[in-house]
Amino acid sequence: MGKAVNRIGLFALKRVVLLFLAVILGVYITVLIANMGGELDRIREAQIRHSVNAAAMMDRDIARLPAEERNRIVEEMVERELRRLGMDEPFFPNRSLRYLRSAMTLQLGRAEYMRSDSHSAQVRSILLERLPTTLLLFATAELILFFLALLMALFLSRRYGSFVDRLIIGLAPTSAAPGWFYGIFIILIFGALLGWLPWGGYIDIPIPETPGAYALSLLRHMILPVTAIVISAVFAGVYSWRTFFLIYSSEDHVELARAKGLSPRAVERRYILRPTLPPIITSFLLLVITMWMGQIVLEQVFNWPGLGQLYYQAIQIKDTPVIIGVIVIYGYLLAATIFVLDFLYAALDPRVRVDIGGGGGR
Amino acid sequence: MRQLTATLRNLRKYPALAAGLVIVIIFVVVSLYTVIAIPYSEAVRLWRAAPGVWDDHPVNARPVWFDWFTSDKLPRTFVPSLQDAGVEITEELIGDGMKRVEVVIPFEYDYDGFPRELQLWTKWNFETTRPVISVYWRKPDGELITVAENVRARRAHILYISQEADLRARLLRFAPEVGLFAQDLSVPRAEMQPMHGSYELILQGEIREEDELLDAELYAFGQVHGWAGTDSRRRDLMVPLLWGAPIALMFGILAAVGAQVSTFVLAGISTWFGGKTEKIMQWITQVNLVIPVLPILIMISHFYQPRIWTILGLVIALNVFSAGMITYRSMFLQLKEAPFIEAAQAYGASGFRIIFRYLLPRIAPTLLPQFVLVIPGFVFLEATLAVLNLGDPWLPTWGKVLNDAYGAGALYVGHYYWIILPSILLMMIGFGFSLVGYSLDRIFNPKLRTQ
Repeated sequence: MGKAVNRIGLFALKRVVLLFLAVILGVYITVLIANMGGELDRIREAQIRHSVNAAAMMDRDIARLPAEERNRIVEEMVERELRRLGMDEPFFPNRSLRYLRSAMTLQLGRAEYMRSDSHSAQVRSILLERLPTTLLLFATAELILFFLALLMALFLSRRYGSFVDRLIIGLAPTSAAPGWFYGIFIILIFGALLGWLPWGGYIDIPIPETPGAYALSLLRHMILPVTAIVISAVFAGVYSWRTFFLIYSSEDHVELARAKGLSPRAVERRYILRPTLPPIITSFLLLVITMWMGQIVLEQVFNWPGLGQLYYQAIQIKDTPVIIGVIVIYGYLLAATIFVLDFLYAALDPRVRVDIGGGGGR
Repeated sequence: MRQLTATLRNLRKYPALAAGLVIVIIFVVVSLYTVIAIPYSEAVRLWRAAPGVWDDHPVNARPVWFDWFTSDKLPRTFVPSLQDAGVEITEELIGDGMKRVEVVIPFEYDYDGFPRELQLWTKWNFETTRPVISVYWRKPDGELITVAENVRARRAHILYISQEADLRARLLRFAPEVGLFAQDLSVPRAEMQPMHGSYELILQGEIREEDELLDAELYAFGQVHGWAGTDSRRRDLMVPLLWGAPIALMFGILAAVGAQVSTFVLAGISTWFGGKTEKIMQWITQVNLVIPVLPILIMISHFYQPRIWTILGLVIALNVFSAGMITYRSMFLQLKEAPFIEAAQAYGASGFRIIFRYLLPRIAPTLLPQFVLVIPGFVFLEATLAVLNLGDPWLPTWGKVLNDAYGAGALYVGHYYWIILPSILLMMIGFGFSLVGYSLDRIFNPKLRTQ
């Protein structure tokens, strides 16, 4: 028993290290791209020069000096400012590595232009302010999606070939479109034409005072985006999971269990659901990974103040620290998702559990 | 020939596959037509909408078929002009070498609803003295309204009747395109009805004797225009709706081919050779899974504003080491142990010969559905970038139209056609490929065939 725990611990550790290295590499690539081959440095230097010049002109003592002297002083001030920001070092490798380290620890310092709602310029507080709203929306949608698709798939596998089955399976192609796409339609119907639910945003203005009213308002704003996410994925999920169930329910041991006279429910739970869970969870988490990113446009469409919207805003004004911060958080979220995937796999599938001893991973 | 009929007969067994194929073929035909009818350079020119290109189109007109859903007859754009039959031109000398030209342009109005905008385009031929023009409007009931008086005209002069402030004041502050047609100005705007019958536009110009009036056209821009409507910059939406098809098809198919095929081949190679190659490939896949692809793509698109080919290349590069690598690997691992592979090894086949002659062809058919199923994903990826205004800056695509519509608040203002048309096309193309993919899946996975 102790040995097994050790083995799982070792396995988990290996995975964490590997995933962490992967995140580092991903973030480093981002840092390199975000620098735009030095373009961004030139823009920033020009901005610094401009503001230093403006400051120097405001100073009477400096403004009164002859042009040559004044230029020398301004040049000195620019140098000092650049050194303060660490921009005198070459970007590659020194500065980029420093960016990488601060990015990984989320010590991203101050945003260049953006502010959090509490007027903090700390990238960390800007990010942390947006993270909960994104997680709330996304987690709710994913949970509903998972259980809805699972139940529907089970239901359909029992009624294989019936009209309902054909209908739902016929709807599988609708999952080709991403969530934001259905978002537009849903807003059009329920927001614009019927006017039942709010178009977007995340809470009523003015913000309700009692916790009950707050929760209710939040819930009302969540209905449409959650629906959009669920619609965009549920039918493809049902289609592939129903396939798993059908394949497994024709196995010999299931036939045997039926022949033994076990109730259909017990057969389903013990002999069909159990072995199908690992592939189902794999496919679900892979789905989650792709959907993490679809969030950016969805939040934009629904005006949901989450990470995705923040990212888009930051991109618009080229606020590099915020851009890198969001990518780091996405990287961590993805890594966490994959880690959960590995771990669930190990916990659910006995064959993999044995495999862990060999240290082979998947 | 016999084979063709056999294929067709087989298709009848899979109506979903047939339907999907029909949709895809329609898009292919439309794409070919578009590329030939509106050449690339022409499409770019139209989409860029330099001044003068779309001036004779209305702003935000709905598609003409919108008419079918309302009992009213919505106004279209009509242009009564100097060249029409029944136009009276009179000239009269007024001394000092000047003459007065008077043109009466009659026209019928029998639409329900008011035009979107009124403009009077005139062309004059003169040496130095600019013409002084006055415009009057006669309603069917005989009422005469002054539109504008004593305006100095240029050689090609456009009188923006809808923006004449004095006229608006005379019409009890109703917009001129409403007030000039209204039956009764005392009712609120919502209940206002246009007066049907014969109108007259009277244009008077004082010019020198040797000068002349070349042309006069009254542009009454309608509420509906063309099969696709127009956007806020007067562009006919038909151009981007048509051009969206070839772009979507090209992007989706090329990205799918590039990403899927290379993933497939690499998975085969790495599984066969095993060892270091396999380790490295797995490593890259692991890293790639953690890289947030879309955010990085968005960042690159915004910073560098790449053309569509660059975007395509990036998408392929970022998708080569995708989750597909893991799935294919497990398939190849099983196949690696098969007896026929062993036989091939026994006769001394090289590694690459085994991979390309035995391993890949064996699995390829089962992947065909998968290959078709990823196409919509790439089509929508392009649309996603375009919706964020990050696509190719030159090309008119469906996503761009959505972006424009969203930017102009089409949902809030009620210009639903602007959003619905590109959405339906996107949905159709996605649905077509998905239908084909899912049907192929059912054909290649016989376990799922209806018993």
